[in-house]
Amino acid sequence: MSNNNVKINVNHITRVEGHGNITIDVSNGELKECKLHVVEAPRFFEAMLKGRHYNDVGLIVCRICGICSAGHMLASLKASEDAFGITISDQERKLRMLLNCGEFFESHVLHVYFLAVPDFVGAKSVLPLVNTHKDTVIQALKLKKLGHDIGNIIGGRLIHSISMNVKAVSKVPTKKELEEIISRLKDAKKEIAIGANILKTLKIPDFERETEYISLYKPGEYTFLEGSIFSSDSGETSYKNYRETTNEYLVDHSTAKRAKHKRNSYMVGALARFNNNNQWLSDDAKQMAHDLGLKAPCYNPYMITVAQFVELVHMADDSIKTAEELLNMNLEVEDRTFPLKAVTGVGAIEVPRGILFHEYSYNDKGHLEKANCIIPTGQNLENIENDMRKLTPTILDKTKEEITLMLEMLVRAYDPCISCSTHLLDVKFINA
Amino acid sequence: MPKPKVAFFDFTCCEGCQLCALDLTAEQLLDLLAVIDIVEFREAISEKSDSFDIAIVEGSITRDSDIPRLEKIRKTANLLICLGSCSCIVGINALKNFQKTEELQNEVYPDAPHRYETSVARAVDEIVKVDAIIPGCPINTLEFVKVVKNLVLGKDPDIPTYPVCIECKKKENICVYEKGIHCLGPVIRAGCGAICPEKGGYCFGCRGLVPDPNLDSMREIMNKYNMPYDQIDDRFKLFLGRNKEILQDVQ
Repeated sequence: MSNNNVKINVNHITRVEGHGNITIDVSNGELKECKLHVVEAPRFFEAMLKGRHYNDVGLIVCRICGICSAGHMLASLKASEDAFGITISDQERKLRMLLNCGEFFESHVLHVYFLAVPDFVGAKSVLPLVNTHKDTVIQALKLKKLGHDIGNIIGGRLIHSISMNVKAVSKVPTKKELEEIISRLKDAKKEIAIGANILKTLKIPDFERETEYISLYKPGEYTFLEGSIFSSDSGETSYKNYRETTNEYLVDHSTAKRAKHKRNSYMVGALARFNNNNQWLSDDAKQMAHDLGLKAPCYNPYMITVAQFVELVHMADDSIKTAEELLNMNLEVEDRTFPLKAVTGVGAIEVPRGILFHEYSYNDKGHLEKANCIIPTGQNLENIENDMRKLTPTILDKTKEEITLMLEMLVRAYDPCISCSTHLLDVKFINA
Repeated sequence: MPKPKVAFFDFTCCEGCQLCALDLTAEQLLDLLAVIDIVEFREAISEKSDSFDIAIVEGSITRDSDIPRLEKIRKTANLLICLGSCSCIVGINALKNFQKTEELQNEVYPDAPHRYETSVARAVDEIVKVDAIIPGCPINTLEFVKVVKNLVLGKDPDIPTYPVCIECKKKENICVYEKGIHCLGPVIRAGCGAICPEKGGYCFGCRGLVPDPNLDSMREIMNKYNMPYDQIDDRFKLFLGRNKEILQDVQ
């Protein structure tokens, strides 16, 4: 039997980063309202950056988000380096790949095991699983800690890196530390393989909505830190043209910004990366995708969680290789000086939740005059709502609790990081 | 003795200190869960509770509309602990207090400057009574465990009142001033293990001032090592914006 009248209000969705609410209103079988509200307090980071020296900019913006701290730091360094015309060394590039790997482990493991999986096994959180799935919980904690520990070795502490700077790091890892990263990543691969057995048993909801998928793109590489912007609708464009991709825009009934490109919404994140770049995954990651039933192109947003898991395998392979290369190099603290001039630059990188853009303008003293940060979750919000609009009418035969859970799971699948909301989005539509 | 119920709450912040609080080995975490019951932790669990003994509060208060929620938490909790610099000393959020609200709103939301409420960023102790602080941006995980353990045992939280320099010397680091780097270590509360000067950086003050800092001397030293006073203010502003008395050029 179908529910003709359903009202759902989820205040402060749990197991997401930051504060968000869901509102659904179905009257006489018609979807009247379907909203994902962002209720996080605004931070005003771009204003806080004004006047700050380039040395401080990275350490301020990484504090936008505890989970994506390294991502914001790396995007920030890239934007500053793009502005000042700095090319980083091979050593620096490799160290940043490792730092990014640490963040992906910490973030994806947290999301897959702690935030997403409990829904599938009917638990309210990971806590009850300590009794029923103790080994898995211990494994997950180890994998997550590995992420933080890599952050600690490369960046100097768990989050909010100390040693990352424009042009070069202020401290290089020792051989012993690199060996530790390699051996723990090798162990991690075994643990991921065991974790995959749990993912195989999860009943992923059967829901599809094809959309535009946007990610970084660098032929030959499943890229995270370099490349151009790629859209599944319109192909490749320079990262410098990011404003033409994100198109922050206004609508009549809301004065806040949204993002759209070729359609009225697009998706960024693990599934978008997988759809655009899967041919360049490591062999083991390809095998993992195959084993978990993830095939490109995949239009099911609930599969984002699976795509993240596949990325963990790729990240481990990629980082083991990178760390081994670093072991064979003579690492040293490099010179960090460069000439100052008044300039503007853009940094685009892939962070766990998708493509992230920072753009800065500096004066000739190296002080920031204007900043713009466009975060993945902001780019995804409109797409999440479009999914909710398509999904809700098809599940009205379920109980209100089941509908709520399906919607919460959908929002969680995107792994939204609302704390990151440098630009709040207040999305609203009626008569869907 | 029943296990004390612990609840985590977050206001304006990056939520990174919550993550660091749980950056424990499985053994450490299970040990912790053996002495406390986590009854609310929105970032990690869906369980919610109206009853708890210890409230751990992360983040600054940057909207007046958040005050009733904080007051309710204070009323319910026997002990209220501030987690991280945003809640202990306002931290990075205080940077926005140097600009007028109008300017901030026009800079970030030029199309709708008044859409989002914001007020002066405040630390938790500017609004309600605080029983213990765990400073840092982010916190030191081991210090978190120590403070919670001490409080559960009815002891003093025991966070250092001496400066970062003490820990830095114990690690036998060369003073970064010798390398031409300006560091706030002499006036900042220890407990971090002096990790920033150790790792090629310098102390920028994320744990806040020691209880009775000699700021005149700090400014004098920084200036002696060729830092102009406006840059000294800039450095103080980064994390110590709450302590307006230390800023000379900017009020």
